[in-house]
Amino acid sequence: MFDFSTLTQSIHDYLISHLSPFWTTTVEWVIIGVLLIAFVALSVMGLVYIERKVAAFFQLRLGPNRVGKWGLLQTLADFLKLLMKEHITSKNADKFLFNLAPFIIVTASFLAIGAIPFALGLHVMDINIGVFYITAASSIGVLGILIGGWAGNNKYSLIGALRSGAQVVSYEISAVLSILTIVVLAGDLQLSSIIESQRDGWWIFKGHIPVFIAFIMFLIAGTAETNRGPFDLAEAESELTAGFHTEYSGIKFAMFFLAEYVNLFIIAAVGATVFLGGWMPFHIGDWAWFNDKMDYIPSILWFFLKVGFVIGLIMWFKWTFPRLRIDQLLVLEWKYLLPINLVNLLVVAFIAMMGWYF
Amino acid sequence: MNAIRTYFRDIFHAIKTLLTGMRVTGYYFSHARKEIITQQYPENRDTLKMFDRFRGIVTLEHDENNEHACTGCSACEIACPNGTIEIVSDRVEDPETGKKKKIIDKFIYHYSMCTLCNLCIISCPTDAIKMDPSFEYSTFDRKDLTMILNKPGSQIRKDVK
Amino acid sequence: MTEEVETKDAIKTQEYFVNMGPQHPSTHGVLRLMLELDGEIIKRVIPHIGYIHRSIEKMSEKDSYRQIVHLTDRMDYLSNHMNNEAVCLLVENALEVEVSDRVKVIRTIMSELTRLSSHQLWWGVMGMDLGALTTFLYAFRDREMINDIFEETCGARLTVNYNVPGGVMFDIHPNFQKRVKDFIKHFKTKLPEYDRLLSDNVIFRQRTEGVGILSKEDAISYGVTGPTGRASGFSNDTRKHKPYSAYDRVEFKEILMDKGDTFSRYKSRILEMWESISIIEQLIDNIPEGEIQSPAVKQVIKLPAGEYYQSVETARGELGVYVVSDGQKSPYRLKFRSPGFSNLFVLDHMVRGYKIADLVAMMSTIDLVIPDIDR
Repeated sequence: MFDFSTLTQSIHDYLISHLSPFWTTTVEWVIIGVLLIAFVALSVMGLVYIERKVAAFFQLRLGPNRVGKWGLLQTLADFLKLLMKEHITSKNADKFLFNLAPFIIVTASFLAIGAIPFALGLHVMDINIGVFYITAASSIGVLGILIGGWAGNNKYSLIGALRSGAQVVSYEISAVLSILTIVVLAGDLQLSSIIESQRDGWWIFKGHIPVFIAFIMFLIAGTAETNRGPFDLAEAESELTAGFHTEYSGIKFAMFFLAEYVNLFIIAAVGATVFLGGWMPFHIGDWAWFNDKMDYIPSILWFFLKVGFVIGLIMWFKWTFPRLRIDQLLVLEWKYLLPINLVNLLVVAFIAMMGWYF
Repeated sequence: MNAIRTYFRDIFHAIKTLLTGMRVTGYYFSHARKEIITQQYPENRDTLKMFDRFRGIVTLEHDENNEHACTGCSACEIACPNGTIEIVSDRVEDPETGKKKKIIDKFIYHYSMCTLCNLCIISCPTDAIKMDPSFEYSTFDRKDLTMILNKPGSQIRKDVK
Repeated sequence: MTEEVETKDAIKTQEYFVNMGPQHPSTHGVLRLMLELDGEIIKRVIPHIGYIHRSIEKMSEKDSYRQIVHLTDRMDYLSNHMNNEAVCLLVENALEVEVSDRVKVIRTIMSELTRLSSHQLWWGVMGMDLGALTTFLYAFRDREMINDIFEETCGARLTVNYNVPGGVMFDIHPNFQKRVKDFIKHFKTKLPEYDRLLSDNVIFRQRTEGVGILSKEDAISYGVTGPTGRASGFSNDTRKHKPYSAYDRVEFKEILMDKGDTFSRYKSRILEMWESISIIEQLIDNIPEGEIQSPAVKQVIKLPAGEYYQSVETARGELGVYVVSDGQKSPYRLKFRSPGFSNLFVLDHMVRGYKIADLVAMMSTIDLVIPDIDR
């Protein structure tokens, strides 16, 4: 299996042989930053296109099919259009906060994406509290939503922002609790060691029913955290026109849009890493022959296949279910998800203690 | 105990109904090739056939001798609810009988005002006008929508009384 | 209105107004609702209408009776056939003309097809208002077949103008019966799918059950007709109580519910679709022979001086046409009692104390068509 760390190491060695350590680090950070921005831009464009196509196929439509082959350039065209749009700031808006909000929300997504292991050795920062860091960083995003909703001086935005605040704060708990089950089983918060612990099988298979329940819980909580699917109350098109970003236009709106899809990617990536083994190929226990064959498939492909699977599930939810009401949303969290998660965590802790997993 | 049972029954019922819904959409997603109903309009222009009764535009029928059946009786003008049709008629002397006869000079049709209600067609005593199922009539200029339906030099057919 | 309300925690809160509409995704047209809100809770709804007023009643006073029919297409454009039929029936009754059985049966089938297409659109939009965007296109797929039937026989898909005083404009197309049967066969397999996708969905049930309850007494006093009123147990089906066209010769149930909540209103429409299917099935194979236009109705129609009233059951409720004639070609005064108008103004009564999301659901189940309210 190709280890990306050999590639990164050789780049590092090359740089360090020509530059001082300070400049080496600086150049490396610049390279990483550029690569991440390029990756995010491309993946969001891809995701938007995929989302539109998937939605179309769910709805007996063809989806975008005019710009480029099969409409592949449609998102690029939309992006260019958004770039050229006028920036409209509503009267009596808090200009500073109004302009700040999109940056906060995008920054939060970028912070979180830095800790995601894309493939074997392809990992920006493998910090020892990776899971904790990702949840912490991605929850900053709600600040952007709250600020954006407040600053626009629009009642629809304000309602949307307040809804979103209540929602994200509640569902953060469930998302973390469901990841904690795996942390308990793997015994580590570091993402690379969580992946390493799945060398003999992914946790969703090894961990019996409790981990499966945790996975479902994570999907629900994650969907809610990204303000998508049946939990898109912050936008709630049919109620609040566009929710917290009603007043935004042009590239500022595009930033919200970007952050939404980056968050979707992050949630799917975390779910895939924690429950489905990240870049780890499909291994079964000690079947060395089978595991060797699986290793031929590159790790980066495994990662993106799994992320694609989780994203597909989340899209499937979105295009099937009606939206919840705000009180039902909180009831679902506090009366169903949270108790089940707590009990589930206890059960998993017991299983881990007794060593009853594979 | 009963409350706990209801609690779990609710959860399982909820999951079941959600999965049923997902099965419906999932079916259409996986059978998208067969089930997609969208027509791609400008591409299918050649094969697109409108129903013959489709009301697209009012036309005055002319035969190969450039003759129509409009006597200029103004029945359609009266029947029209919107003042879409204006008939400018003239009186000419019939060379055979020597009687004065009414012929149309201009059959003016304001397409922009027409609601395609078909009342003019059914009121026409000689079936001179009819609805045509063609439909691509958008223009850049509003005045293009005011048409003169009788072709230049056209005459009334001999057998029309 | 905006006085400060002191809560028990001594936090000062203020009620505020939100303008929902005239441009809003879920008002289904140019309806403006002023919502008085306390947080998310709705204290009051003030509907403002008139954004699409085209003075159809006043225009009718200069039009002949034949021309009035085509204006009614543009009132409640989803119940176009029934609107046409109301005016035609009024003229025929005033002239004491009996149309042939063939016309009666054709009109009934067409009305029921219109009702089906209206309810299909409503179902799709209802799902969309609640956030299930996919329902809209499934409904349109089935509605397309009805529109094709209309297009083939009547020549138009929406503003059909198929009825004329004394009959119908054309005879049915030779393909008509086959197409209708195909549609019924197709739709009978798709209607259970509607239930599986939306009606049984737990989120949908939670959103609708026990929400927006309208009692029978209120329904009667506000004059709420149609499926909206029948969901509260108010028996008001004009097809049953004052049968017109061929409704006296078909078997069908008047769908009556007792709860009066949003889900009952939803369910009553779904059940009504089954009833419409059954009506069409009873009639489609026995369309009697006969003339399609009664020769007794002259080209220029003059109603005898007097007052006339005719009501029909549209997809939204009871549509009444009231005409005062002074013996001329056009009515002296014409008034439409449109179902949407009465149904809209019960919204304020229903929605108080519920949330914005519930308002959207309730508005969907009232099934508003704004041109019907404004005329």
